[in-house]
This record gives sequence, structure tokens and C-alpha cells, in this order.
Amino acid sequence: MSGRLLLRGGRVVDPGRSVDGELDLLLVDGEVVDLGARVPARGAEVLDVAGLLVCPGFIDLHTHLREPGREDKETIATGTRAAAAGGFTAVCAMPNTEPVNDQAGITRAILDAARREGVVRVWPIGAVTRGSRGEELAEYGDLREAGCVAVSDDGRPVASARVMRRALEYAKAFDLTVIDHCEEPTLSHGASMNEGPVATLLGLRGAPGASEAVVVERDVLLAELTGGKVHIAHASTAASVDAVRRGKSRGVRVSAEATPHHLLLTDEAVRASEYDTSTKMNPPLRSEADRQALLRGLRDGTIDCIATDHAPHTVDDKKVEYDMAAFGVVGLETAVALCLDRLVGAGHITLTRLVELFSTRPAAVLGLPGGTLAPGGPADVTVLDPARRIKVDPARFASKGRHTPFAGWTLKGGPAITIVGGRVAWRQGR
Amino acid sequence: MTAGYPHRHLLGIEPLEPSHIQAVLDTAEALREVLDRPIKKVPALRGKTVVNLFYEPSTRTRASFEIAEKVLSADSLSIATSTSSVLKGETLLDTARNLEAMNPDMIVLRHSASGAPHFLARHCRSAIVNAGDGAHEHPTQALLDALTLRQKKGRLDGLRVAIVGDLMHSRVARSNVWLLTKMGASVVLCAPPTLVPPGIEALAPVTYRIDEAVEGADAIMMLRLQQERMTGGYFPTLREYHARFGLTEERVRRARKDVLILHPGPMNRGVEIASEVADGPWSVILDQVTNGVAVRMAVLYLLLGGTEAD
Repeated sequence: MSGRLLLRGGRVVDPGRSVDGELDLLLVDGEVVDLGARVPARGAEVLDVAGLLVCPGFIDLHTHLREPGREDKETIATGTRAAAAGGFTAVCAMPNTEPVNDQAGITRAILDAARREGVVRVWPIGAVTRGSRGEELAEYGDLREAGCVAVSDDGRPVASARVMRRALEYAKAFDLTVIDHCEEPTLSHGASMNEGPVATLLGLRGAPGASEAVVVERDVLLAELTGGKVHIAHASTAASVDAVRRGKSRGVRVSAEATPHHLLLTDEAVRASEYDTSTKMNPPLRSEADRQALLRGLRDGTIDCIATDHAPHTVDDKKVEYDMAAFGVVGLETAVALCLDRLVGAGHITLTRLVELFSTRPAAVLGLPGGTLAPGGPADVTVLDPARRIKVDPARFASKGRHTPFAGWTLKGGPAITIVGGRVAWRQGR
Repeated sequence: MTAGYPHRHLLGIEPLEPSHIQAVLDTAEALREVLDRPIKKVPALRGKTVVNLFYEPSTRTRASFEIAEKVLSADSLSIATSTSSVLKGETLLDTARNLEAMNPDMIVLRHSASGAPHFLARHCRSAIVNAGDGAHEHPTQALLDALTLRQKKGRLDGLRVAIVGDLMHSRVARSNVWLLTKMGASVVLCAPPTLVPPGIEALAPVTYRIDEAVEGADAIMMLRLQQERMTGGYFPTLREYHARFGLTEERVRRARKDVLILHPGPMNRGVEIASEVADGPWSVILDQVTNGVAVRMAVLYLLLGGTEAD
């Protein structure tokens, strides 16, 4: 990638290097070259970013791009455009495509398509087991070599403790993290929301919080046993946060993410919306006590990252009875703005912590390039406008998915410019 | 929609004010008299079309709606899943919209998915009546139970009512708890712990001992134990269920002398209720069925804004 770009006069926030101040940022040939006061342009294109926040590129650890196989729901082209419009410079693509990304050939096909049609970086995640059937391990060596950055059987949780143990052990040889969607299926079978008083009133079958937490506890113990690295996808319950916190305090190699919808909503949203299927996802929206525990986990570092679990579906998948609707909502185009307004604006976390949660930590958890604006690193930059006013309007999403529980919300602050490899991938109003 | 009942649909009891419930019961009481006439027909809903869309098997509820529609002179048709294009893979919304293209005024829906009537109410023009959705609500059942209690006891306020059986999966229980507590009755719930849905105790006290639940009761509502729950691992055997949670004659004696026994039907004799109780002097199970027609007439009448019945 070629070109020279100078971001002049913004407030640069790079928590990894304890930088927070008004600085100029020079990007040359896809790399960060200089960060300092009054950097001379020397022929670079100058972007005036005064009044804006300049951050290391935001990375979403949990995206469903659906390609290959379910291009009716999303494609690499539409999904990465949604990511750019949401302020993300990179997304980690979950392997529950059709076919499942359990072989190097599929990984290479995803990366080829991403090079052709993607506007942000795509980091493929390989399957834990062949076909994500939970039986035999996939070929991690080949997957790593082809470009996978982690393994996960997301959406089809690894049911067998023995298989999970072997995965955590074997993945060590290739420095791969195992990302687990924690769910004990015999406890959650048939559920369409969180088990509790709200599900009781609505007459919907619920999955108890314990159906997640028993597997989080298991995974922490197995990571401890094996010395492997486990990342807890979309932690949603107080007991899950507690299990991760205790694991970390013992030195277990465990990390965790939470989604904006679990941080901002509870199962009351299902009731308030009268069974709107835009409130249906897995794990489900939980109780207020769970939500408060997630917020505490964000503040004290137990939760490492905010991830979207962007899960686009067609209208037909969602415009049905609640029990029959597909699980999942889109998140790429709302996550950053929601968190700026409702987490930073509301005083739950600082702006520095927000940048850690969206950039520094996601990069560190999977060992990805970026997460910092240190010279020599990739020229991936997320520029935020703290004054931008946003009304969430699914009709204007770049994503093919339209289902979000945040439709109609008005937010202050949001993405302004997304720069990938030194090039502007998206700019507000363009 | 009328002043006494200011809603376009009947989706559940939960959103209703006590005065709305009162309006339905009073209207049912007034219309009930038509059923005793030699010619059981009034022109109140002449020219109105009602579709009964039943996605679950039902004898009583469907027949009751159909008779109510006929007595009020509405044009109606009933569609059951086994005879419709649902088997060809049509979605609920498509089925409803195709029916709507024929301009009905009301859709009466029975569906196994909780919230299905709300879904139709959001996407269709017709008035929607919930005839039972999943484990959510069965509002006309609760209304007919209330009408029966009111007729026999003269009031709902201050009555002590025990609701016993599979609370977890019962829409009848939920609608009845809402209705009775809104109308000032005191409700006690009873089930084995495996069939108590979490948080229900916020609506009414729960006991695992049926003897406690029925003690001094003015009425006992028994819930049907559905076939699929009998083998679902919720309790060890039907024999033990009957012995520990079934309503026997001996247990009825713990209630007030003039206790009323209700059951929404169909009954599992010898499981949740002993035959001597079902057929005994306390049983008002058949009165419930008659009142079911009156209550459904009232709901149709109030929602379709019928002209004064004469």
C-alpha cells in the first residue's frame, strides 16, 4: 500500500503506549511513521482532524461475515463495509460458514475474497473441530499457516470436555487461542430467551444463566490444566464474569469479551418490545444483576474486549414467531457509537478504557498486528467524532442485516474516519 | 372497541384494567340469556367476518368460538393446521395476510408459540383475539373461569383460590393469576418444584404442598398435565404425581364446604384429578363450558363494536 497521509491536530489516544494528547500522525506506505507535535507534511495529503479523537484501529473479535455459503445474509463486501462504517479497521470472521472454515483451502478462499472485495482487514477464525461437529480436531497447523488467527466452534459449542481439553493442548503448538461460545445444551435446549421472571410472564422457554457459566468454569479449569489459551466469547452472566476473574487471579490464560447488547440491555427488552425478534440472540439478554456484573468486569479488567457478535440474518429468518426466529442481531454499525454514548458518556468507563476494549486488548488477546499507533505498526486508525449525533436507522446500514434492538436510539459520538493500511476506507458523510 | 373495553385486540389479561375485565364479564352476563332462548340467534354481528385460525388441536375452545360467532350472526370460518396450506410450508404471516386479503374483521388465533398473536397484531389490520399462545396467556379461559366464579359466589374480590398443577407450561395459570389478582382475589399456587416457573412467586405465593394450597379455599383450579410433560423427567411417575399433587376427595374436604372445582379440560382422570372430584357436587366444570360461549360472545361483541342486541 502506498501513499502519505497526515492526520493533523487530533487528540491521539493510544492506551498501549500511554499516549493521550493533541498530536499529528503521519502514515506512509501502510505504516505508522511518525507521531508527534507538528509533524511536517512533506507532500503528504493532510486530513484536518482537529476536535476529533485519533485511535489505533478498532478490531472486532466476533463477526459473522456469512461468506462462503450464506451470502443472502451477508458477504465479505457488505460485512466489511459495515465494519468500516462502524469504525472498525479489522474483523475476526467466525468459521460457522457453509462450509465451515475447518480447512486451509476455505481459509485461503476467505482471504482471497477479502483482498478482492473487503474494505477492512479480515482475520479468519478456524474451526475447533471438523465441521464444528465437536468430535475430531481440525488441522490447526494448516489453518494457522493459511492465515487463521484463532479457533472456535462458535454457535456450535464444544460439548465434550475431553475434546475441549485436547483442543486447548494441541492449539499450544501453533500459539492459537481457543474461543468458546459457552453453553451447556442440555440446560438451554429449546430456549429462546433468558430464564427468569420475564420469560415466565412471556411464556417463553428460558436458558438459565448457569447454562453458560458451567461451561465457562469448565473452560477455565481446562485452560489451567493444559496451559492453553481460552477466550470466552460474549460473556453474559455474573457467574461467567466471576469465573473469569477467579481464573485470571490464579494466572490462568483466560480472556473474555462482552457485547454492547449485553452491556446495555436486559431481558426486559423482550417484554417491552412485545416479542420483537430483534431482541433474540444467543446468549440471550440477561438480568439487570448480570448486566451490572458485566459493567464491573469492564471497569476492573476482567472483561478484555467489547465484541459485536455481528450476526446478520434475512428478513425471513426474523419476521416469524419469536420461538421460530433465528438467533442474532447486527452490531458492527452501532457498537462504537453505543459504547461512546452509553458507556463513556454515561460515566461507566473512560475514553482510554474504551480504546483498550476495542483496540489494544483485542490485538493483544489474539496477537494481531495493530492495537497501537507505535511507529512501524500498521497504519490502521479509527477516528471518532465525540460531537456526532446519530439516530440508529437500520434502513441505512451497509450490512445486509437489519435487525438490531437499538433501532431509533439517538446517540452522541461516533466514528468519523476509518483508515486501513494508510487509506481511507470510510469517511462520515461520504 | 367500546368505552368499557378500550382495546383493539384481546392479546392477554395482563394489559387489562379491572374495569375492562368487569366490562367483559358484565357483557357476557347480559348475552348469556340469548343461549337460553328457543331461537339462539341475534343479529348483533351481521355482516362481520371472523376467521378462527387454529395451529394447535382444540375441541372446546374452537367449538366455543364457533358457536359464539353463529349466535351473534357473524360469518365465520375455521382453519386447522391439518387441513391448511401450513403443511405446505406457508408461514404464519403469509397465511394471515392471505386470509386478510379476504377482508375479515377479526382473527382468532391459537398457536403454540408465545407471542404469536402479538406478531399478527403488529403486521395485520384485523382485530386479533388470543385463543391461547404457547405458555403465555389464554385470556378467554380466565374470563370464563371468572364468570363462573362470579355466578356461583357473587363476587371475585376476597375469594381464596388455589391453582394447582403444571404452572410451568400453563397459559391458563398465567391468565388466571393476572385476572384473579387484579380483581382482588387471593391466589395460592401449587406444583412440584420442577414445574414452578422462576419468578412466578412475584405474582402469587407458591407452595409445594397441595394440602396447604387447598386449605380453606373457595375455589380450586386444577391444571391439565400435558401428555408430553408426563414423560419429560419433571417427576418420577404418574402414580406419585397423583399421590402427592393430585386432587382427591380427601383433599377437597380441607377446602371450604362450598368449594368450587374448576378444570380447563381436557382432564386426565386419575392423574391431576380423581374422578370422584371431577364428577362430584363441587365440580363446575360443565358450567365453565357454557360460560365459555357467553364470554366469547362478549369478546366478539366488544371488539367488533356490534349493534345493540335485542
